[in-house]
Amino acid sequence: MNTLMDLDLGLIHSIRVNGPAARRDAHGIVGRRSVKREAQMAWLIRAIQCMDLTTLSGDDTSGKVRRLCTKALNPVRHEILAAHLGEDHDPLTVGAVCVYHAHVAEAVQLLGGKIPVAAVSTGFPHGQSPLNTRLVEIEQSIDAGAREIDVVIPRELALTGQWEALYKEIVEMRQACGENAKLKVILGTGNLGTLEVVAKASACAIMAGADTIKTSTGKEPKNATLPVGLVMAREIRRFRDEVPAEQRRIVGFKPAGGIRTASDALRWQILMLEELGQPWMLPDLFRFGASSLLTDIERQLELHATGRYAARYHQPAA
Amino acid sequence: MQLAITNPQPERRHTMFDVPQILSFLQEGLGYVPSLESDAAAREWLAGLTSKGKLGHYINGSFETFEGESSIESLNPTNPADVLMTTPCGSSDAVNAAMTAAQAAFPSWSGLSGFERALYLYAIGRALKKHARIIAVLESLDNGKPIRESRDADGALMQRHFSYHAGLASIMANEFQGYRPGGVIGQIIPWNFPGLMWAWKIAPAIAAGNTVVIKPAETTPLVAAFIAHILIYEVKLPKGVVNIVFGDGTTGAAIAAHSTPWKIAFTGSTKIGRLLRTVTAGEKKLTLELGGKSANIVFADSDLDAAVEGIINSIFFNKGEVCCAGSRLLVEEGVADLLIQKLQRRMTSMRVGPALDKCTDIGPLNSKQQFDKVTSIIQAGKEAGGSCWQPECSLPEQGWFVPPTIFTGVAPADALAQEEIFGPVLVIMTFRTPAEAISLANNTRYGLAACVWTESIGKAHEVAAAVKAGTVWINCANTFDAASGFGGYRESGYGREGGSEGFYDVLVPDFPTPSAPLMTEEAAEAAADHEEVQEDAVIDRDEDPTAPALFDQGPQIDRTYRFLVGGKLCRPDGASSFRVTRRYNLLSVVGNANRKDVRNAVQAAEKAQPAWAARAGHNRAQILFFLAENLSARRNHFVSLLMQERECSRDEAEQEFGASLERLFLWAAYADKFGGSIPEVPGPYAVNAVNEAIGVMGIRAPDNFPLLGLVHTIGVLIARGNTVVLVAGNSPTTACELIQVIQNSDVPAGVVNILTAQDPDHIGQLLAYHMAVDGVWFFGGINGCTAVEKASAGNMKRTYTSHGDSVDLLGPQGTSSHWLHQASQVKNVWIPVGA
Repeated sequence: MNTLMDLDLGLIHSIRVNGPAARRDAHGIVGRRSVKREAQMAWLIRAIQCMDLTTLSGDDTSGKVRRLCTKALNPVRHEILAAHLGEDHDPLTVGAVCVYHAHVAEAVQLLGGKIPVAAVSTGFPHGQSPLNTRLVEIEQSIDAGAREIDVVIPRELALTGQWEALYKEIVEMRQACGENAKLKVILGTGNLGTLEVVAKASACAIMAGADTIKTSTGKEPKNATLPVGLVMAREIRRFRDEVPAEQRRIVGFKPAGGIRTASDALRWQILMLEELGQPWMLPDLFRFGASSLLTDIERQLELHATGRYAARYHQPAA
Repeated sequence: MQLAITNPQPERRHTMFDVPQILSFLQEGLGYVPSLESDAAAREWLAGLTSKGKLGHYINGSFETFEGESSIESLNPTNPADVLMTTPCGSSDAVNAAMTAAQAAFPSWSGLSGFERALYLYAIGRALKKHARIIAVLESLDNGKPIRESRDADGALMQRHFSYHAGLASIMANEFQGYRPGGVIGQIIPWNFPGLMWAWKIAPAIAAGNTVVIKPAETTPLVAAFIAHILIYEVKLPKGVVNIVFGDGTTGAAIAAHSTPWKIAFTGSTKIGRLLRTVTAGEKKLTLELGGKSANIVFADSDLDAAVEGIINSIFFNKGEVCCAGSRLLVEEGVADLLIQKLQRRMTSMRVGPALDKCTDIGPLNSKQQFDKVTSIIQAGKEAGGSCWQPECSLPEQGWFVPPTIFTGVAPADALAQEEIFGPVLVIMTFRTPAEAISLANNTRYGLAACVWTESIGKAHEVAAAVKAGTVWINCANTFDAASGFGGYRESGYGREGGSEGFYDVLVPDFPTPSAPLMTEEAAEAAADHEEVQEDAVIDRDEDPTAPALFDQGPQIDRTYRFLVGGKLCRPDGASSFRVTRRYNLLSVVGNANRKDVRNAVQAAEKAQPAWAARAGHNRAQILFFLAENLSARRNHFVSLLMQERECSRDEAEQEFGASLERLFLWAAYADKFGGSIPEVPGPYAVNAVNEAIGVMGIRAPDNFPLLGLVHTIGVLIARGNTVVLVAGNSPTTACELIQVIQNSDVPAGVVNILTAQDPDHIGQLLAYHMAVDGVWFFGGINGCTAVEKASAGNMKRTYTSHGDSVDLLGPQGTSSHWLHQASQVKNVWIPVGA
């Protein structure tokens, strides 16, 4: 778990992001790599391990959560996986299951400690409820067994440049998580207007002690995009490589929302490998927030196992 | 002949992947496996060619070979043992045949309507798109460039160039009135962008109605050969419109020296460009796109990560084998360490590998020769004490691969900072202030491109305006489009490719033939040999010392004419003068300039130029209006002088005087109405095509109009921000009288400098030799014109010469817009749009 550091406002104010360049470069960096054959199979299997299999819907029920947890423990049909990893392969599971607080305890029980449960807390997805109730939410989710807490920032504080206020709120959330849960801070980048604000909010969250910075709730008008990912990855790199030693730390990244196809997943992974390197290809530091992505990856694995394009209905539903 | 350009793919056969490799990726770290673009279709096409024997030149619509031609092998740079294609090395017979075919095709091709030509260009563009994959593969095989670049950059731009120029053909009659195609153009293209340069050269030339003879580079003939097949079998381009002669430098020399082309267009090294300037002097129009040592200027307030990506693109695109490669990095000192750290990290993730691998960032250099050159420069740089850094990366065992390389702590005086390397080698220097950045950026003989990285919009535009380069990219790099002309300042060449500015370079102004010759045949002959004229002027006409002085209107005070240099009246450095006589009468005694006078005048013009160009066009116009006002006040004096010096009638003198006033008004009007245009490029960019001053211009004034010739040339040049050093023609008295008018008209010191000389052609040549003179306009005999064009090769200055003809400044030729184009050069500034 990361700890907080003092807010360095000078650093935030010095951040410059050229929007057109970031948009061009994100596609340029990813477009210069092609992941094929054995590499692609390995990457897609890893993508499953990095997946926060998610259900965040107003109509979530126990039945739905049970289906999700079952799928999380058995993400790919055995015969398909055996074709790629051999008959006696290690069990494959997704990285985490992500649910609302109401379903945390149930998910924890169903998963039996094999996969961590992430809870979206703090007035998800708007972040507009009173700070004290948001902090209580965090504590209750941890009490219910959540080991990862996905919090949302109040976008107003970022949009109006109130970095000290934003820092203070995230610090309180950091303290609420303590040593018991990973703090994943959702920036709601689709609401932030410019990539420069995204970068500044990322830096602010990192200084406040975030373990992971995450793009979106999935509920903003624009979901995770590669340019947003590039800008956030560069902030992670800044705090890994470029700041003075006492400010350095390792921060994870989680794009969420709108990632639906195997090729989307590969693009995000290429971005991670090129910009941050091998550790960000592992679930400790990289997660996808996704719900329908898994099915497309299964189909791609089946194609390569059998040589036939796969049908969606052959893949067991979540 | 059957075109084997579609390759039916066998049904996808399932092969199980290698399980241990998948496991190893998962256990030891994810990576890439080679992702090779299939070259099957390209190989099949090449094999089809080989089976028919040696490929011929594409001449007059079919493939021709000639007796006694040697062969050239095109090798695959990724695997030099792989001979891709054998082409004949074009002999003079081949060049003759191609020229004859092009010449024969010109009348009918140029006689087509713009729409009819547009149909062919459109068809070529479409064909390039239909066969995009095989063209990209051939290009990567042949040149070594990464397949992603040949597919996404070169291929797309080739298509765009033909569709854009199909449009220019369509609108030519409307938008380029007063211009016509000149005939046959000889074109010589390089090996770094074989297909793209082919498109850049051919599309504008044939859109305008010219026909062409083009020579691909000896190491990269594949794409041109492929397109020739498309032109024959799909586009059915009329015979002789495009002729392709394969070959090496000797073939290129035969094209350049051939009497048929009116123009030679060349892209390649400055060394060869210089040679071409020399051999075409006095004969042909020439446009050159030459070398570069372009700067990436990175300010502390930039998005440094964006700058890093831009630098990577700028220097490592196409393995650095790019004329506009950003091979110098100028970084603000305070962020230099951080930027270099970021750059090194980024370089560590670059992949050097086979051209056809879709994961390759840097392919092999094009040839052994280039590989040897680049590696020896790197070695020499290390031995000279340069701090060299290369990422640890695995290089393929065979092929001409060079890893990405940077040199830090380089000083402008290091050879590495001065010479074009043409490989993946970046040299890094630091600066302290914007002014120092500009000065370092301009501390080069080249001027092709520059990148400026800053988030301050004002600073970006200030630097963009001050950098001497044909293209400036603000916060972006290597963006190109057919609508935006590409070309250089200084020794990076002249002429543009793309945009309307590029189209003017394949057109000639179409002036009506003057109804009466401006010069008698005798006079023309005399002008051709200026020595003779001088002799006449000074000796023969001086035979009658008793004849009355022409200014015999009462007692005269001796008149001492001087030069105008740096705003002051100066005596000739050599303290010598010569007599100007007419009808055996002494008209005046004027100073005889020597090389030191030229030196002083150029120095003054050089000093005055930046401030003059920076003045508002409105202000420059006011000065030209004032000049006209002051000239007008001396009408009688000048008319009388013109009658004497031109030995013409009052009517003729009045006509010239009136035209001079009108001309000053015309160019004054254009002082603030020729700023440039906004090319409409795809993508989120605002592009400004700015018409900038060329710099210090030398003028050898026309002989036929002693007054108009001066105000015309000076007027248009200074209206557009140039400063001038003018040497009067063989009627220098008028020039000397004009000096006083200029002095009274608020013209800043050094903007106009006027010399007189007994041998003005010689002074014109001195101006052409002077390395600080950026251009010369020469209105003199053909020998003088040739000599000036030859001399211009020293710094590749722009020249405009009358080719020994007299120029009818009184007629439509005088007021044509082409003077404005000649008086300026276009800088395209690219500015990305978006938050």
